[in-house]
Amino acid sequence: MNYKRPKADVVIIGLGWSGSTMAEELTRAGLNVVAIERGAWRDTTTNFPTTRDPDELSGSVRKDILQAPVTETYTVRNKADQTALPLRKYNNLTLGNNVGGAGTHWAGASWRWQAFDHQPYSRVMERYGAKQLVDGLILQDWGITYDDLEPFYDRFEKIAGTSGTAGVINGVKQPGGNPFEGSRTSPYPTPALERTRANLLFAEAATRLGYHPFPVPSAMIGAPYTNALGLNLAPCTYCGYCQLYGCGNWSKSSPNICILPVLMQRPNFTVVTESEVIRINTTPDKKMATGVTFVDSNGNIGEQPADIVITATFTLDNTRLLLLSGISTPYDFASGQGVVGRAFTFQTLSWGFMFFENEYLNPFMNTGALATQIDDFNGDNFDHTGLGFIGGAGIQSLCNQGLPIGMAGLVPEGSPQWGKGWKQAFQKGYQNYAQIQGQGTNFAHREQFMDLDPTYKDRFGQPLLRITFDYNENDRRSGRFVRDKCIEIAKEMGAKQVWGDSFPDQPYSGYRPWDSSHVQGGVVMGEDPKTSVQNRYQQNWDIPNLFVIGASSFPNNAGYNPTIAVGATTLWTAKAIKDLYLKNPGPLVRL
Amino acid sequence: MARYLLRSTLRSCIRGGVALSVAALFAHGAQAQDAPADTRIDHGRYLAIAGDCVACHTAPGGKPFAGGLDLNTPFGTITASNITSDTASGIGSWSLQQFDAAVRHGKGPNGHLYPAMPYTAYAKMTDADLADLWAYIRTIPPVSQKVVENKLPFPYNIRSAMIVWNALFFDSTPFRPDSAKSDAVNRGAYLVEALAHCGICHTPKNALGGDSAATYQGTSLQGWHAPDLTNNDHTGLGKWSAEDIVTYLRSGTNRYTASSGSMTEVIVNSTQHLTDADLHAIAAYFKALPARTVEAPPPLPANNAQVEAGRREFVVQCSACHTSSGQGVTNMIPSLQSNPAINARSPDSLLNILLAGTTGPATAANPTGAAMPGFAWKLQDDQIADVLTYIRNSQGNAAAAVSAADVAKARKALGAQQVVWH
Repeated sequence: MNYKRPKADVVIIGLGWSGSTMAEELTRAGLNVVAIERGAWRDTTTNFPTTRDPDELSGSVRKDILQAPVTETYTVRNKADQTALPLRKYNNLTLGNNVGGAGTHWAGASWRWQAFDHQPYSRVMERYGAKQLVDGLILQDWGITYDDLEPFYDRFEKIAGTSGTAGVINGVKQPGGNPFEGSRTSPYPTPALERTRANLLFAEAATRLGYHPFPVPSAMIGAPYTNALGLNLAPCTYCGYCQLYGCGNWSKSSPNICILPVLMQRPNFTVVTESEVIRINTTPDKKMATGVTFVDSNGNIGEQPADIVITATFTLDNTRLLLLSGISTPYDFASGQGVVGRAFTFQTLSWGFMFFENEYLNPFMNTGALATQIDDFNGDNFDHTGLGFIGGAGIQSLCNQGLPIGMAGLVPEGSPQWGKGWKQAFQKGYQNYAQIQGQGTNFAHREQFMDLDPTYKDRFGQPLLRITFDYNENDRRSGRFVRDKCIEIAKEMGAKQVWGDSFPDQPYSGYRPWDSSHVQGGVVMGEDPKTSVQNRYQQNWDIPNLFVIGASSFPNNAGYNPTIAVGATTLWTAKAIKDLYLKNPGPLVRL
Repeated sequence: MARYLLRSTLRSCIRGGVALSVAALFAHGAQAQDAPADTRIDHGRYLAIAGDCVACHTAPGGKPFAGGLDLNTPFGTITASNITSDTASGIGSWSLQQFDAAVRHGKGPNGHLYPAMPYTAYAKMTDADLADLWAYIRTIPPVSQKVVENKLPFPYNIRSAMIVWNALFFDSTPFRPDSAKSDAVNRGAYLVEALAHCGICHTPKNALGGDSAATYQGTSLQGWHAPDLTNNDHTGLGKWSAEDIVTYLRSGTNRYTASSGSMTEVIVNSTQHLTDADLHAIAAYFKALPARTVEAPPPLPANNAQVEAGRREFVVQCSACHTSSGQGVTNMIPSLQSNPAINARSPDSLLNILLAGTTGPATAANPTGAAMPGFAWKLQDDQIADVLTYIRNSQGNAAAAVSAADVAKARKALGAQQVVWH
């Protein structure tokens, strides 16, 4: 049965962080908003009650909370002359599948991106010139700067209740914070999390080496806090079951606790759950969007007409929806022309691993994004002259795992592989294992892109999204550089056994564990319609009532996690819709 | 969903009323009978919210004011009537006089009403307020829904028995302000006694269901303990400031606690919509009640077997949310420290919450709605008895132990999971 819902002012596709943030802004402005979400409703106490003991097997191993590949998967290849195959299990992709999106399960490191990350092209040209760029690298500015975004970063942190120690407030460096961070107008809403033993050893070693350690800002709430929407959040309990689990303690900033309780009380807000949008509808001349078509949980096809369409799904699905809907020009690898699917980015991970001899690191007591970091080799915080690459990594002592199954493989080299000897080695190794992660950026490259797969289709018969990605030379050079820094610090920490890895030394694989999940780009914002899908307000260049929000808008990645940057750019766009678009519907940037 | 609808309907209802009501409301004297009709309807809507008519006259998931909610009294079940303007099943054909007879005198078209309908309180309403309330009630859109009101067993189903009851317990004198008290206290008294009918739940009843002399001293009903509201530190509101009372009635939470049970509905449907001046008047009224002495019993010693076992359960089951010290999180997770509700004579509410969990209040002032999950499926009767006994005898609290038999009884009454599989 086909049916048509009453017309809304705004339809939002996806009710994760960006969708719910946008819905809150627009319903508060009085608009009638309908959100359509593929996943089911999730409520803190009902779905994640503290009475239920968390289960590592269903949580971390089977990843029950994530989008299942059977719902939707992606095909992947390294090079354009290969045949892509569908991912049948997710290792690095960690996709949300419920109201609240990935915010429900992710234990987000909560970064403001740096000024460099928003204007990489002009900053690199100014400091090094074009010679610093490896062949094929795509570098472009966003059309907005850190200073443009600062008020929105500030607001979003106050919605999320982000915990951390400020590094720079109104241009003045603060003790204990990140001296490289963009200047803030206010401190973090809640104090930084407690440090683990490994964090402290890292901080001491980094300080001895002349670096500048600081607590990583986290989605885990540092103290009781009433957020910008009047919702109360409770302090984290360090239960150890954080990422890949919903939080029943109101301690993990997520749409479920930070926005939805307010949103659900508004009579001008509706969420349609368990319904997947399959197409954005447009007028025949493709000058205006008219709404969306979705398949509901009964298999019926519904239409939601709306004056404004906002796509707020994950990066990959934002790109796929535009390709499926025939909106804007798809990127053509052969000619290098076209924009949708272009400027796809991933991240470059490097590691230092270590075993101590007689430590008690107590890794069971942890939480997500519990890390101490140095930014001395991130972004453009150091001189890259002669290094042959741009960008870098946040290098951090990451203490977000201590669960028995996940730790079971971690025994020092040379340990017995079974029996009593293995048990003893595991017991000792558990208390003595630590890691340093280099979360490195990846810049866009002409050989990294997304398009529709010619072979594989989803459950509705629509083509899957195809990802063509491999690390580029910039990644390989920066990865090794960062790996060596990780090893340097691990040794300084006094570990007995130290080894490292730089992921770009091998071809990219979606099955690789411990890899980043921060895929970005594909529907990027920018200053030129030839190299971007949307203008600086995340408004489609061709269709002025279509806004695609999220990390799909970012033309480059960073040595940071994206959530707070997604929130800030969403709030920036919400303000543009409210203050500019509603008063004068049409293109907000005229060339 | 229905609850959201109801809530938003009420919110949009009240929006118009709030601004004018501060000036228009007073405890006594006549509301200007010649006031514009809209003003009187708005005022009537405000009175309906203050009297929380919707709470009983709406069935779960039903249309507002169309009746159908079963009230389980110690005498049997009474179902709230349809008070929409439907002429056949509602009160659309009534006159003001008939409305007055029902609301202030307990006389309906079928004979005497039962005091589950708080006419015992509404009798104190002024003539002008009654007329405004009627003006508003008449604007409620008709909903056709036939309600069988009287499902009481013999002999309670004989309505004329209420003549005797009324003679014994119904004080029909109108509200008279006390000139020795401030305007705020008098206004609070009017709101509490004539409209909000707090005593219906919070004043213990005698064997025939009439108010005892222990006004506001707290009592158990329908599986909950409506707490002591008198001014004493051990079980009452002694430690709460007027501002604590205002914050609680406005948001459902304050620095000590969060609402539970049917008080959450009262706050969500009624008190959160009252004006700031009226909330302060209610607080002033309660703070002006005479101080009362409630002797705290000596707490059970820390080496009491139940207290010791309960402390271990507390650490494992409770401390993550209520924090290790029991301090909780302000305006969200109740503090267990020196908490009068925990010291209550009866552990009924504690048993109810621990077994079945509780949904938190979600109000405009505090939309969080933090809930507590139930433990019926997880903890055995003796574990629940131990943890409650520990909480009632530690962290500044002192109250009688709770036995496994108490838990078993509550478990059965609640229809909670009976067998814990481990």
